[in-house]
Amino acid sequence: MSLTSRHLLGLQGVPRDDIIKILDSAVSFKEVLDRPIKKVPTLQGKTIVNLFFESSTRTRISFELAQRRLSADIVNFAASTSSLSKGETFKDTARNIEAMKIDMVVVRHQSAGAPHFLSRIVEANVINAGDGRHEHPTQALLDIFTLREKFGMLEGKHVCIVGDILHSRVALSNIYGLLAMGARVSVCGPATMIPRGIEKLGIEVYYNIDDVLPQVDALNVLRIQLERQEGGLFPSLREYHQYFGITRERLEKADRPVTILHPGPINRDVELSADVADSEHSVILQQVLNGVAIRMAVLYLLSQVK
Amino acid sequence: MKSILLKDARIIDPSQGLDTKADLQIENGFITGISAGLQAQKNSEQYDLQGSVVAPGFIDMHVHLREPGYEHKATIATELHAAAAGGFVGVACMPNTNPAIDDTSIVRYIKERSLKVLDGLVDVYPIAAVTKNREGKQITEMAELSGAGVVAFSDDGSPVENAQIMRIALEYSKMFNKPIIQHAEEKTLTHGGVMNEGFISTILGLPGIPSIAEALMIQRDIMLTVYCGGRYHVAHLSTKIGLDLIREAKRNGLPVTCEVTPHHFTLQEEEVKSFDTNTKMHPPLRTQEDVDAMKEGLKDGTIDVIATDHAPHSYDEKEVEYLYAPFGIVGLETAIGLSISELVKPGILTLPQMIEKFTVNPRRILDLPHVMIKEGEKACLTIFNPDEEWTVDINQFKSKSKNTPFHGHKLSGKPVGIVNNNAIFIK
Ligand SMILES: [Zn+2]
Repeated sequence: MSLTSRHLLGLQGVPRDDIIKILDSAVSFKEVLDRPIKKVPTLQGKTIVNLFFESSTRTRISFELAQRRLSADIVNFAASTSSLSKGETFKDTARNIEAMKIDMVVVRHQSAGAPHFLSRIVEANVINAGDGRHEHPTQALLDIFTLREKFGMLEGKHVCIVGDILHSRVALSNIYGLLAMGARVSVCGPATMIPRGIEKLGIEVYYNIDDVLPQVDALNVLRIQLERQEGGLFPSLREYHQYFGITRERLEKADRPVTILHPGPINRDVELSADVADSEHSVILQQVLNGVAIRMAVLYLLSQVK
Repeated sequence: MKSILLKDARIIDPSQGLDTKADLQIENGFITGISAGLQAQKNSEQYDLQGSVVAPGFIDMHVHLREPGYEHKATIATELHAAAAGGFVGVACMPNTNPAIDDTSIVRYIKERSLKVLDGLVDVYPIAAVTKNREGKQITEMAELSGAGVVAFSDDGSPVENAQIMRIALEYSKMFNKPIIQHAEEKTLTHGGVMNEGFISTILGLPGIPSIAEALMIQRDIMLTVYCGGRYHVAHLSTKIGLDLIREAKRNGLPVTCEVTPHHFTLQEEEVKSFDTNTKMHPPLRTQEDVDAMKEGLKDGTIDVIATDHAPHSYDEKEVEYLYAPFGIVGLETAIGLSISELVKPGILTLPQMIEKFTVNPRRILDLPHVMIKEGEKACLTIFNPDEEWTVDINQFKSKSKNTPFHGHKLSGKPVGIVNNNAIFIK
């Protein structure tokens, strides 16, 4: 019943059976969240550190809530520092925290590979809460969980990830997880934001949202970071919205209902028009609740790995 | 001083087409006899070199000694010990020190320091900056620096980005026939990059450095060389497309030369999957196709030189997140082993061809005295055992820094020692 790895560093290479274990376990934890008393003693006596080198209020709150629901003791460590500034190094920070006898570390960092590095220097279980533009496995798991709730199964379902694929940690994790679950996966965005060779992962690449829209069951719409425009990768938010924004008008051209996911926070009327964000096909708020359940499942299952 | 007898060595000197088994007698730093069955004289030190090769002394024309300014990474003393242990009788050192090698006082400082190490066994040939403080704005006092003994000019660590500055440097350097060594990188394409751009950088989520960034700069510089003359040398070539440009330039008879590092003909970008910061260097590890092209370029002669880009960084500097780690690895003590393992054993180069790329060619490019293994000549020798199998162990390194991706690698071919400046170092 336990997972094959004691860390969750990414979804690349994670076996389908492990993903299913996490999803199934999240179903049980979601039931807990519906109870009047939303707390179980599963991780009582365990100490978890949330090590955030990059601010991410949503992800941190979701992890923290999951940890509280499981009765774990929590330490939050937020540092905007990197080894570039004069502060303590990442390694020293990690070693210091480890010295306090902790059981698990949840880490968010600007550098790809930071969780992998951490897993080599601490004994605790390491959970990647987003590393650079690499992976964000719990986000992808909650997206997949939400889609499974909606569709019952993922085999043959077509999910298109829309937006800035190049800088996204959500995209890669989703691609690995969805492919493992038998879904058809495509990405769509401005050509400047599609990383080289991504099609080699076994996915389709589109540059025109209206080409792919009629074929999809779900769109996972990524947040557009305003600093990307400053970097010149696209000329204006106006043009982005015109060509890649998901609007009701666009969706009506599809002959079937298209489920809308978004990892949040939404830039309304940039990547997603307000009426779509709030429509009956949007599962954005379910994603938020499912995020807590998924993170409870991941924390619980990793704590079981010897 | 002393008399030395090297017994039963295989003596290879490509410049004379010499490849023979013999003893070699050295007195007061000069070769006094080469033949079989030489008898040891009374006070002579004798070394049995059965199985070893004796070659003209190797030069590493791309080394970062780090002194002055970065002595926590390396010092002239530590790195010259590493050079001797790696089989090099001489190193050309890059000017990205602090202060940069951009005036004659720094040149003198480095030369003086080097003479105090191992009795001046290892020669140090400073390379001066192309531009003052390597800022890319105004050329250094190149004529005076030439007079002070620098062997080339480079802003290595950075490219000479500005085309007009590069033109001026190529033109000005013609007056004293020194090469301009370019770290070929079109920076507007590489900003923030930490590894080769392609599928692997995509799946690792690491910002990429495209191969065309190297090729574009080489292309521009070749056109400048055609237009205004000068001698142009490409440092640490890493891409097939860059190599093709150089091959074409050479075919057109241009004074263009290049070097490759052992890591660029050995490792490819998949190594980065480990997130080990010892896989992070500039230029980055490229694709298998590029690695194969480097071997092809060595074989067909497009690549003149094997040079290490020896770049010491302290343990703590490298023991950080991948994005923040400094670029570069040490190379002096693994160069011979990697070259024999990757090039000679698989039949890409013969031993004499490999030796040319370590001594004849870099000496020609840097206009250093030609050394020969011949009676009456100065004894300047590299000794190595091409068949000895060994495992790279950073704890055995003489270099102050141990940043290498080759720790634990099994290699064949090991440096044995060097003879130079009337001194000998045998491991
Ligand atoms: Zn360089």
